[in-house]
Amino acid sequence: MSFLHLHGLRKAYGNVTAVDGIELAVAVGSRTAIVGPSGCGKTTLLRLIAGFEAPDAGSIVLYGTELAGNGDVVPAHRRGIGVVAQDGALFPHLSIADNIGFGMKRDEDARDERIADLAYVVGLDRGILKRRPHQLSGGQQQRVALARAMARKPRLMLLDEPFSALDTGLRASMRKAVAELLEQAGIATILVTHDQAEALSFADQVAVMRDGAFSQVGAPRDLYLRPKDRMIAEFLGDSIILPARISSGIAECAIGHIGADSTSPRDVARIMLRPEQVFLEPASRADVANTPPNVVFGEIIEAEFAGSVSTVALRVLNSLDPPDAAVIGNHPLILRRSFVDAPTVGAIVRISVHGKAHVFDGTA
Amino acid sequence: MTPSSAEYHPSRPSTPAAAWSRLLPTSWIAVAAVLVSLFALLPLGFIIWVAIQTGWTSVAQLVFRPRVGELLVNTLSLVILVVPITALLSVALAWLTERSDLPGARFWSGLSVAPLAVPAFVHSYAWITLFPSMHGLFAGVLISVIAYFPFIYLPVAATLRRLDPALEDAAASLGNTPWRVFLRVVLPQLKLAVLGGALLVGLHLLAEYGLYVFIRFDTFTTAIVDQFQSTFNGPAANMLAGVLVVCCLVLLALEAMLRGGERYARVGSGAARTAVRTSLGRATVPCLALPLITASLALGVPFLTVGRWLVAGGAGVWNLDVISLALWQTLVLALGGALLTVAIAIPMAWLSIRRPGPLPRLLESCNYIVGSLPGVVIALALVTVTVRVAMPLYQTVATILAAYALMFLPRALVSLRASIAQAPVELEQAAGSLGRSPLRALWSTTVRLSAPGAAAGIALVGLGITNELTATQMLAPNGTRTLAMAFWAMSNELDYAAAAPYALIMVVMSLPLTWLLYVQSRRMAGR
Repeated sequence: MSFLHLHGLRKAYGNVTAVDGIELAVAVGSRTAIVGPSGCGKTTLLRLIAGFEAPDAGSIVLYGTELAGNGDVVPAHRRGIGVVAQDGALFPHLSIADNIGFGMKRDEDARDERIADLAYVVGLDRGILKRRPHQLSGGQQQRVALARAMARKPRLMLLDEPFSALDTGLRASMRKAVAELLEQAGIATILVTHDQAEALSFADQVAVMRDGAFSQVGAPRDLYLRPKDRMIAEFLGDSIILPARISSGIAECAIGHIGADSTSPRDVARIMLRPEQVFLEPASRADVANTPPNVVFGEIIEAEFAGSVSTVALRVLNSLDPPDAAVIGNHPLILRRSFVDAPTVGAIVRISVHGKAHVFDGTA
Repeated sequence: MTPSSAEYHPSRPSTPAAAWSRLLPTSWIAVAAVLVSLFALLPLGFIIWVAIQTGWTSVAQLVFRPRVGELLVNTLSLVILVVPITALLSVALAWLTERSDLPGARFWSGLSVAPLAVPAFVHSYAWITLFPSMHGLFAGVLISVIAYFPFIYLPVAATLRRLDPALEDAAASLGNTPWRVFLRVVLPQLKLAVLGGALLVGLHLLAEYGLYVFIRFDTFTTAIVDQFQSTFNGPAANMLAGVLVVCCLVLLALEAMLRGGERYARVGSGAARTAVRTSLGRATVPCLALPLITASLALGVPFLTVGRWLVAGGAGVWNLDVISLALWQTLVLALGGALLTVAIAIPMAWLSIRRPGPLPRLLESCNYIVGSLPGVVIALALVTVTVRVAMPLYQTVATILAAYALMFLPRALVSLRASIAQAPVELEQAAGSLGRSPLRALWSTTVRLSAPGAAAGIALVGLGITNELTATQMLAPNGTRTLAMAFWAMSNELDYAAAAPYALIMVVMSLPLTWLLYVQSRRMAGR
């Protein structure tokens, strides 16, 4: 059941339209990630939902209450929406305990115990409560900011790139911890980030944002495997995009005949594969000469070893009459993935594809 | 590994050169700060020396008498009434001009700084010639508030502009109404600015002479000058100054106590976004009344009065030869004194922010105490010292500049300290890690970032010197006649019309400095 609805949301600063006609529904207790390059308007959108700014047009409805629309705006302090800002925005003049308790009533029962509980929940040591924000590490500051926002028991939590200031290892563990924590508390979350891996791993619903509008909204898996266009595909991860001909559910392309996720026949189309769908098996020149039908071979022309993940560039040796063979001829196939035994330059490999190729709409 | 491998690691801290270079900046700066403080202690030492010479019985006789009690009540009433009123007025004006959509906010902001261009005794002159019967505490409070509120307005407005609005957003999302956000988040962060400004106002109240003479309100300072004029170098004046020093100590202790050890540099990364101005809505018109009334009292009255006297005096009061000489002398003294003062304040300010501890606190207090002494006491000390020890320096430009430095150190310190506090130490460390030697790291980060504060300090000190009267009269080389001296001489002869051109010139001269101060305080805030 959705409890937050954004409808036709629009916000401009002078001539620059930061948010341009956003539609979004957020389910109770769910996690939504808004991902896009910097400057796409995602932070502005978050600020509109939080109530720090008023939209020029459109409406925000939370549990049937209109927070913004028709010129009426419910101010941030009456929305009951938690916010964790990029750098935590802890109050430098207050202790950690007072930061966490900032949103509580001053005479609230067992205030100190609740503060201690919240600190415990977000994984902070009790001893830290008497300290000042500047004495804490970035990760600790973020935990305090989260505890502070949770103290209000919000129904919705907005996270504005809260992990971007943390180092890689800490970022992943914080992300997981925060996701679990908010799920247990039954708080729906909207995360804004420019990191697609973060968005995909965190959310049940991902919205890709570009130039103030959502390009595509959907489940992470759907978005990753069935992006609407090339830009979304490449934004969400490495992709191999090939020209193809589609007939009876098969995509005919430079690296063979691959099952397609679209059955409508088309002479000119583009398909997308993720690197992990493409497998390379060792082969020899002799195999290429005796090529069986519908088997494609390639030669490794570049190889870069980088630990768990390696990158290889390969030239297709016996392309199966693609509609646009020149593209492959000029541009070698680049594959970045993990190999048990990464092929070296000059090696001949047999190319096979697992799963279905995604066919882009139109000629994207 | 070769045996001489240590030579390949010149940055190893174990080598003596490296150890020395790590110690260098702090110790050098500390030495400089101690030297400045020792110099600053000269007048204080003079008073103590006089007290010892006078003997305890005479001291007790001079201090414990009804006249001193009366002066104490007057002076303290002034401080207790003026400081909170100025603070309230300044914070309200600063919020209206910086954080609300008040029509013409920039214009009102400029007008809230402009009263600095009018010397305190010119304010008093303006009121007394308009309402000749004005006198006593009420008049003192009114004119003091009007003359000194920009000292709090300036730092508060600058701090308001710099505050990270993300904190206010966070507080709002935690369920606080805008008013509560202001009380709980904004106001505490203005504390340093308000306290710094309030201390400055308090010290001015203790040290001002001309303002209170006009309205016949006796404070310690006016009493000391009276004593000095009647008995030249008498112990009575020095003992009153001793009580005044105690008052300053109390103010300093209060400020230090309230200031605490909090860090006010922004926590977190990235640049702060611009604050959204609060919409006043229907309150706009009543809110406009505050800057309007303040500006009318602080600027309208002086301009009206000076204008009236100028019209009354006609062309006869403009003796250009005399006036241009006074102008030139004032300019030279103001600029020289300001540069000297800020230069010697830098080590002290840096130390008190970067290496806070008992020693810097003590040194800083010494500077504040001396800076809060009335000009006449500092002048008296310098007269005695030069006459007894360094006769060639008696009544030279060097001595008068030294007096200015002693008097206006607190102004330079407050400006410098506030801006150094805003330059995070991490930048200095980053410059160090990029291969700058400690002193060069200091220069390329903290000094650069606090340059606006230094410029503000120079302007503030220059303004102070332009309007300084008593010490200049006593210490300046023979034949010196600054604008303030000329103005004072004329008004003492009740020739208000002849005094008016000097008042006008002092105001006009102070305007560029005031404008610079205003611009720099905006730039300091980054916009």
